[in-house]
Amino acid sequence: MADTTHQSFDPLATGSRARQTRSRSIVYLLLGLFALLYLSPLVIIFMNAFRPLEEIVREGFISLPNMLSATYWVEAWSTFCIGGTCEGVSRYFSNTLLMTVPATILSTAIGLVNGYALSKWRFKGDTWVFGLITLGVFMPAQMTLLPWAFVLGKIGLSNTIAGLVLVHTVQGISFTTLFCRNYFLAVPDDLIKAARIDGAGFWRIFRRIMLPLSPPILIVCVIWQFTGIWNEFLFGTVFTSGSNQPITSAIVAFSGSGTGERHYNVEAASVIFAALPPLFIYVIGGKYFVRGLTSGAVK
Amino acid sequence: MSSLLIQNLKKSYGAVEVLKDINLEAESGEFVALVGPSGCGKSTLLSIIAGLESVTSGEVLIEDRVVNDDAPKDRDIAMVFQSYALYPTMTVRQNMTFGMECRNIDKATQAETVDRVAALLQIEPLLDRKPGQLSGGQRQRVAMGRALVRDPKLFLFDEPLSNLDAKLRVEMRSEIKKLHQRMGRTTVYVTHDQIEAMTLATRIAVMHKGVLQQYDTPDMIYNQPANMFVAGFMGSPNMNFFKATIVDGDVGLAVRLDGSDGPALPLGAEQAATVSAGQAVVFGVRPEHFSPAHEQRAERKGRVTVPVPVTVDMDEPTGAETILMARVAGQDAILVCEPEEAPKPGETMDFAIDMAKASLFDAATERRL
Repeated sequence: MADTTHQSFDPLATGSRARQTRSRSIVYLLLGLFALLYLSPLVIIFMNAFRPLEEIVREGFISLPNMLSATYWVEAWSTFCIGGTCEGVSRYFSNTLLMTVPATILSTAIGLVNGYALSKWRFKGDTWVFGLITLGVFMPAQMTLLPWAFVLGKIGLSNTIAGLVLVHTVQGISFTTLFCRNYFLAVPDDLIKAARIDGAGFWRIFRRIMLPLSPPILIVCVIWQFTGIWNEFLFGTVFTSGSNQPITSAIVAFSGSGTGERHYNVEAASVIFAALPPLFIYVIGGKYFVRGLTSGAVK
Repeated sequence: MSSLLIQNLKKSYGAVEVLKDINLEAESGEFVALVGPSGCGKSTLLSIIAGLESVTSGEVLIEDRVVNDDAPKDRDIAMVFQSYALYPTMTVRQNMTFGMECRNIDKATQAETVDRVAALLQIEPLLDRKPGQLSGGQRQRVAMGRALVRDPKLFLFDEPLSNLDAKLRVEMRSEIKKLHQRMGRTTVYVTHDQIEAMTLATRIAVMHKGVLQQYDTPDMIYNQPANMFVAGFMGSPNMNFFKATIVDGDVGLAVRLDGSDGPALPLGAEQAATVSAGQAVVFGVRPEHFSPAHEQRAERKGRVTVPVPVTVDMDEPTGAETILMARVAGQDAILVCEPEEAPKPGETMDFAIDMAKASLFDAATERRL
């Protein structure tokens, strides 16, 4: 199931040699152009993280650096003052990490069990349960702000990382359940029947048969949840403040820190710090991500 | 002692009744084949025996114990699936020990049992491979091995050979028969292939549209089919059904094929006792019960035959025998005869019908007379 071999298909490998060269160069030219377009913001931010502030002010934002200095990275990470605390983004970075990792693990684990139960242990009204759970996929996050504020206040988790973990876990279950259930539908029912005759119960079948088949969808869920929760801004800004904010909210607090002067170079370095973990996850798991999303689509 | 007993079993999905009043009994050690066309309810019946489907009404007993509400694992059964249903992430050995592991059998016994069954099925070299690395035939063996390690009261097979190629299917068929003779376990075997049913079973249950049509030995099913469905389903090529009428002949009752201007075919005493003159019947003759008139093969065995003229439209030589698409008294017929005796297409030749092997059915109810 996991190892599907794909016959490589090269649409450019037809026609005369001249035609092949011509079509190939057009394709690569276009690809290069778009890559440049997409990458230019990252390149500009990256270069600005090394330039002194007066140089940026003098020569503008888009310019090659005259001299490189790594001090702004250090400043951004550990000493820069945001909203009164002078610990740089490191504190907020760990806030986000403490929020993202548990929320990702919890929502993925619950999604796997939900998907397994909804696809392999059908019961009366299961399509309704599934429909209600996945309704969350289509619900705008803004709509849930007030109810969440109420719930977090009631259970005393306002302005805490744990509160955000709860919010993101529950919000994420919609997606992970949808992914896992659709993935598990492709697992033949006969396997479950055979296991039941062999004497295995709900959890043993899950652990011994379904979980070993799950890595592709597990990776999809983890990447989806990790990047989604890491980059999330709205809940973090509304439900936390001060030193409990996740990094996304903290970075926005930069521009409003009130000193009047914008530290473009430090901001640039902070933004890159904030963007690194999702990038890292995606680079590691990206190959499986696309494969997992489309698995079962082509037989 | 009956190993499996099914009483007045009914199963409905909503308003659709898929099994209607099934009664079935299997003696200990028997090999029962459930056979019928797709959608006849045979697989549902097997799932009910396994406990994978619930019962709407009626009872299922395994070794005289009602198991209606027992979970599959508590019924002491083993099942081989059409898709084999091997656990794809486990090795062959793990596939075979999984059931024992669930039942908390100690490791030493597990290993011993696997080795014994693997030797029996000659799959020792495959034990450390994953199902994905096996061929269809090997997977089939492993699926059987997984059932055999359990040593259950009842073996259930759900069309186990239908995913194999023709040659392998014949090989595995005789292996299943050998295994059954060796183990002597009660077996219920679902198939849509009437040849598998005929060759393997001690008793065959023919099902159609959720109704058990006939439950009897292969010999009785073949030679004395209870109705036209059973007669038509079992046997290849199909039995011929001629529209006919009972008439008074020279020596008692006879059957005249509708559209025939030749002599009527005299009935034997046994057949004549069930009909009366003027009755509309269906006269069923299997293709192999025609023989060229000059051969008089059946008469040499002391049976009565009657020659009828047969016009051949087309022939299908299979090598061992030739199948003739023909007309008898203007009605379509299929005959089987030896290649060198076969008339050419367009020719008309006399064929003798083995009357003792022929069946009579009521034209309206389609039941055997």
